[in-house]
Amino acid sequence: MIDALGQFLAMGGYARFVWPAYGFAVLVLGAMALQSYRAWRRQQSLWSALESARPQRRR
Amino acid sequence: MQRFANPGRFMRLSGRIMPWCAAGAAIGLAIGLYLALFVAPPDYQQGEAVRIMFVHVPAAWMASFVYAFLALASAVALIWRHPLADIAAQAAAPLGAGFTLLCLVTGSLWGEPMWGTWWVWDARLTSVLVLFFLYIGYIAVVNGFDDPTRGARAGAVLALVGVVNLPIIKFSVDWWNTLHQPASVFRMGGPTIEKSMLVPLLIMAVAFMLYFATLLMLRMRTAIVASRVRAARLGEVERMPEPHGGHPAAGPAT
Repeated sequence: MIDALGQFLAMGGYARFVWPAYGFAVLVLGAMALQSYRAWRRQQSLWSALESARPQRRR
Repeated sequence: MQRFANPGRFMRLSGRIMPWCAAGAAIGLAIGLYLALFVAPPDYQQGEAVRIMFVHVPAAWMASFVYAFLALASAVALIWRHPLADIAAQAAAPLGAGFTLLCLVTGSLWGEPMWGTWWVWDARLTSVLVLFFLYIGYIAVVNGFDDPTRGARAGAVLALVGVVNLPIIKFSVDWWNTLHQPASVFRMGGPTIEKSMLVPLLIMAVAFMLYFATLLMLRMRTAIVASRVRAARLGEVERMPEPHGGHPAAGPAT
């Protein structure tokens, strides 16, 4: 069991190329999603702040 | 096409489609990664290092596809002046840059064990590096003007000029001597790659495409909300009560 896991992680001796490649993919795709989602949340909160401020101004 | 290109309709439509794209991307990535890491066989020459292909090749396809999308949206923006087209192009550019960077880095990590070098200045690698700089240039130009409309227009022209790079990338492996292998999936006469590797590869490609579609819609929605926020703020400035007695434009003297 441990052997099989070790063998899998070793990637036939190419571990130091295969895993960084997959790791970088996770990093890049994750950064894209995180940045996009944060920007969305920011604009959403700006918009809802404006929405809630507006009725009071009109009175 | 024009009927769907109205921001309000886009918000409704994308709100309904986006969750399905996100779910599809998640399922596709899960299945694709499982097949790529556990099921696909090691290559008879490359051994386990071939598994880098399952992120490298979809990233490379997306790098070119997103640029084609960026150029198409830029053409629509220039010709029909449609506001959604500029929004789509600007939403796509950072994603395309990300895929291109991923393609370059994973390619480098694949090149070192297989070719014995991280990088060569051959036509394929260089033209993809140029693609990355085109994305960066587009983003810089769009944000480099005080007037966003002028920035968008200059960026759109740059994006269209850069289209010549796409066929160069595609055919570079046939036109010039290179370490990079020629096409083995999208080629005349059908794929030469073995099915046990082709299936996981295509699943990963579909997952990357859905991932892009999800984030593209999210970013376009963000840009539309941002423009509404800007418009509402301008409206509030105009609605502000005039300072009594004075001219509204002059304001109180200091």
